[in-house]
Amino acid sequence: NVKTLGRLYHQQIRGLQTFTLPDLSYDYGALEPAISALEQLDDAIAKGDASTAVKLQSAIKFNGGGHVNHSIFWKNLAPTNAGGGELPHGSLGWAIDQHFGSMEKLIAKMNAEGAAVQGSGWVWLAVDKELKRLVVETTANQDPLVTKGASLVPLVGIDVWEHAYYLQYKNVRPDYLKNIWKVINWKYASQVYEKECP
Amino acid sequence: DALEPYMSKRTLELHWGEHHRGYVESLNKYLEKDDILYGYTLDELIRVTYNNGNPLPEYNVAAQVWNHDFFWESMQPGGGNLPILGLLQQIEKDFGSFSNFREEFTETALTLFGSGWVWLVLKRNEKRLAIATTTNAVTPLVWDDIPLLSLDMWEHAYYLDYKNDKARYVNVFMDHLVSWNAALARMARAQSFVNLGEPKIPVA
Repeated sequence: NVKTLGRLYHQQIRGLQTFTLPDLSYDYGALEPAISALEQLDDAIAKGDASTAVKLQSAIKFNGGGHVNHSIFWKNLAPTNAGGGELPHGSLGWAIDQHFGSMEKLIAKMNAEGAAVQGSGWVWLAVDKELKRLVVETTANQDPLVTKGASLVPLVGIDVWEHAYYLQYKNVRPDYLKNIWKVINWKYASQVYEKECP
Repeated sequence: DALEPYMSKRTLELHWGEHHRGYVESLNKYLEKDDILYGYTLDELIRVTYNNGNPLPEYNVAAQVWNHDFFWESMQPGGGNLPILGLLQQIEKDFGSFSNFREEFTETALTLFGSGWVWLVLKRNEKRLAIATTTNAVTPLVWDDIPLLSLDMWEHAYYLDYKNDKARYVNVFMDHLVSWNAALARMARAQSFVNLGEPKIPVA
């Protein structure tokens, strides 16, 4: 439920040192409208009310997507004293070197794409679970990664909505992108990767 | 700091000084390189680079320059209150009442997903006022409607002053910042392009 989620998120904030997290109350709220929206959607579909169903779907995509994306995001971050920033060893590290040449090149690519996102969105490192390949993708607003490909599984997502960095970095999104790698939790990303590509 | 406490000096320093200025400088850099685009006025530039929905790279910066110019002029210190004269009449005609309009405007602003703008526009073909939303840098100019007011709903516009409390930002805008004088002047000018009906000439 929302309260438990809230407590979990708060625990994570206190641990983080170099990164300021945005107001989380926004994300808690995102869950509630999604739940009642799903009920309303069922209702609208049952009644054949197409325009209401479509409007609700876009609200669900936004709020549900926002919830899903931020849930992944919190797992993607870790304080530096708990492994944040530590490079991945094992199969993910090897796959990164194989696909992108090196970790530096991957970071450069993700930072460039993240900085280029117009307006609000996310930049992702994902694995295509059918093709067993790493990809870098961007999504707009709170669109979940699957809107870019049903077989994409997110490994690392970086929120480039202004709320993610404005308080600390103001409009200098590139600085935020440069620094966030210091708190990225590669252990989590490796776990997800190894599950899809054993 | 003229808009304090409703929009802080810090926000304006950043929003105008960095974001808006950044757009202007990027636009100038693009135009230096492109002789054809250089000759256009800003309005024409926006329409041309929008490219019917497939915007060219110059579009975002050009449109954001225009959008922000328009936004600064949509506000004034001591703003808020009610529109007067012909604008109030038109709002009452097209929305039922000013409070209906205000409710719809606020609701639209709060349900906007992602980055974008909320506008009061005069629709050229339908010859009536309407509330419109656009995402990112899109502006009603590109579909030939005439904007009268805008509200920037990109997070950078309100995050420093209001964090994620969009409702308070929108209400403060309506209560204290919106410049109905600017909107009235714009509507008067728009009437040279859009016939809103015969003037009510009182009979002696």
